Amino acid sequence: MYRYDEFDHEFVTARVAQFRDQVGRRVSGELTEDQFKPLRLMNGVYLQLHAYMLRVAVPYGTLNSAQMRMLAHVARKYDRGYGHFTTRQNIQFNWPKLSEIPDALAELASVEMHAIQTSGNCIRNVTADHFAGAAEDEVADPRPYAEILRQWSSLHPEFVFLPRKFKVAVTGAERDRAAIQVHDIGLHLKKDAAGRLGFAVYIGGGQGRTPMIAKKIRDFLPEEDLLSYSEAILRVYNLNGRRDNKYKARIKILVHETGADEISRQVEEEWERIRHGALKLPQGEVERIREYFAAPDTLQPLPPSPALAVERAKDPEFDAWVQRNTHPHRVPGHVSVTISLKPIGGTPGDATAEQMDLVADLAERLAFDEIRVSHEQNLILPHVAKSDLRAIYDELLVSGLATANAGLVTDIIACPGLDYCALANARSIPVAQRISQRFGDIARQRDIGDLKIKISGCINACGHHHVGHIGILGVEKKGEEFYQISLGGSGDENSSIGEIIGRGFSTDEIVDAVETLVDTYISRRETPDETFLAAYRRLGQAPFKEALYGTA
Amino acid sequence: MTDKLITANHLGDGLVVFLTAEGGWSYQLADARVIPDAELEDALRHAKAQHEAQIVVDPYEIEATVEAGVPVPVRLREKIRAAGGPTVTYGVAEIAERAALRSMQVE
Ligand code: HEM
Ligand code: SF4
Repeated sequence: MYRYDEFDHEFVTARVAQFRDQVGRRVSGELTEDQFKPLRLMNGVYLQLHAYMLRVAVPYGTLNSAQMRMLAHVARKYDRGYGHFTTRQNIQFNWPKLSEIPDALAELASVEMHAIQTSGNCIRNVTADHFAGAAEDEVADPRPYAEILRQWSSLHPEFVFLPRKFKVAVTGAERDRAAIQVHDIGLHLKKDAAGRLGFAVYIGGGQGRTPMIAKKIRDFLPEEDLLSYSEAILRVYNLNGRRDNKYKARIKILVHETGADEISRQVEEEWERIRHGALKLPQGEVERIREYFAAPDTLQPLPPSPALAVERAKDPEFDAWVQRNTHPHRVPGHVSVTISLKPIGGTPGDATAEQMDLVADLAERLAFDEIRVSHEQNLILPHVAKSDLRAIYDELLVSGLATANAGLVTDIIACPGLDYCALANARSIPVAQRISQRFGDIARQRDIGDLKIKISGCINACGHHHVGHIGILGVEKKGEEFYQISLGGSGDENSSIGEIIGRGFSTDEIVDAVETLVDTYISRRETPDETFLAAYRRLGQAPFKEALYGTA
Repeated sequence: MTDKLITANHLGDGLVVFLTAEGGWSYQLADARVIPDAELEDALRHAKAQHEAQIVVDPYEIEATVEAGVPVPVRLREKIRAAGGPTVTYGVAEIAERAALRSMQVE
């Protein structure tokens, strides 16, 4: 796993000291809120509805057990015993006192964690496939490149005040588990015919009030050109992106208004100027960083586990969990495990300090000390020997972490919504909980199959509703909460933005409406293998519209 | 008829506070001063000064009705703020609540 070098360490420590001074001056009255706000945002501190919120970075979603234990400790000492894992693979604490945040940050720094690049108009934390370095279908681990981008972007003087925030995601497999096509830059790591590593480059994707699927502007960028090409993209954006209107400031608007061909031309032109300069990645550098991410030597192929087969045959619940919540690993005899943070009726993405500690223990004892946060708000143990699955499952079960619903209808993404967020129009969490309860029966969930429901409490789309197979957007109508449904969105390698199906639903109606949609799918699917998304793409809106609103 | 309250977040801990009759701030909605329209301007001026004095952050007025002597905010957003926390349980309490619900269903 990536280790800080001396420079990172000094940088983070200096940042904590600086912020401690700023908080001190704020609390003593020397700094006004207007002066302080940009400073706190540079350190991951928001003011939400009820309290301050601290967003801690989990770069590319990777952490070890010591770091997870520290998150549990921060939850206990500075918060109310829990935290919320987000769609950007970070964690948010909902109740810290302003005056204590510098202490929390200092403790986090002791395990190389921080809140830098989690807010503000900078290049945000780079996100990556949560199965990176483990997945069977991966060409190479995308995280070294995410880290190279982080080092380049952290202190880049040219890009500290961009027109707007800038999000980059990287995947190393054909199967896109990082939603790269809805990011400002999406990178798909692949090999060309000669076996060289490089990237397909997408730009201009995003969600928010103007959702857009990114355009591919290059099919193959050799890996050594990653930084020069990224710099060319950022430079074109920084010069031409709109600063007059916050809602038009993201690169997606620039790409849309200028046209992908023209943007691509400008990027290539800028790149030609700088590609042979200082940003060319020396081969040794990629190798050096790659080593930090290398799997432990003890991760060696194992023979099939006869005990596992016996256990699965004996216990259908365990069998179902293995089937749903494990993912093929590149090393024989291993899998990646999804620890669901979506218990039936729970708050999506929340974990208590005790649960964090348990996951840390399991990772340390049985999973090579590695943990991931997925953008679907679950936790992952990327490297697990199949022969250890039963032991892990048993411990998860006791702590309410063994819900066998990865990718099913109750594996819902939801933003904090009006229960926490100052920008919200409607609540997201209670809607997620009620849908989860309605479909709580696991047999029914399995019959429904893959189905992604994603809920946001306002148009900022933190809950990814635009790319939900069923997306739900909370709005306010005449002082009441209302929910607009869109169908057919997807955030994978065949990304699409969902289409609004019709008028919205009240709080009382929304769960029934979702059930009607699911029932319509069940009655119209060609085979049980045809997923909701595939059926929707085949059938279009009509049957769903009719089921919801009648023919009139 | 609706009345007005003035609310803000406390600078130090970020929690929701209401302007009281004494001109101070309380975490309790019940302590909030119910402000008639004619006095709102003065009250807001006072609140703004408290923002400037770095006691609270971003005070603003909200609509409320008085029910059984207690002010009740009109908008859902303000009802949720006034309650001091989300409308759902969280952390350990949430786990306990779900466990209780499950055992009821089993019985
Ligand atoms: C106080 C809490 C939060 C605030 C104030 C906030 C604010 C925003 C705003 C203003 C946008 C729109 C940006 C734009 O379109 O340019 C946005 C987008 C987004 N936020 Fe949040 N957010 C919050 C919490 C969260 C949480 C909890 C998550 C993860 C669960 C999250 C993940 C995202 C994502 C994925 C997007 C959309 C992707 C994009 O940038 O296009 N945010 N947020
Ligand atoms: S989508 Fe809106 S309501 Fe939800 S967290 Fe983002 S800003 Fe808040």
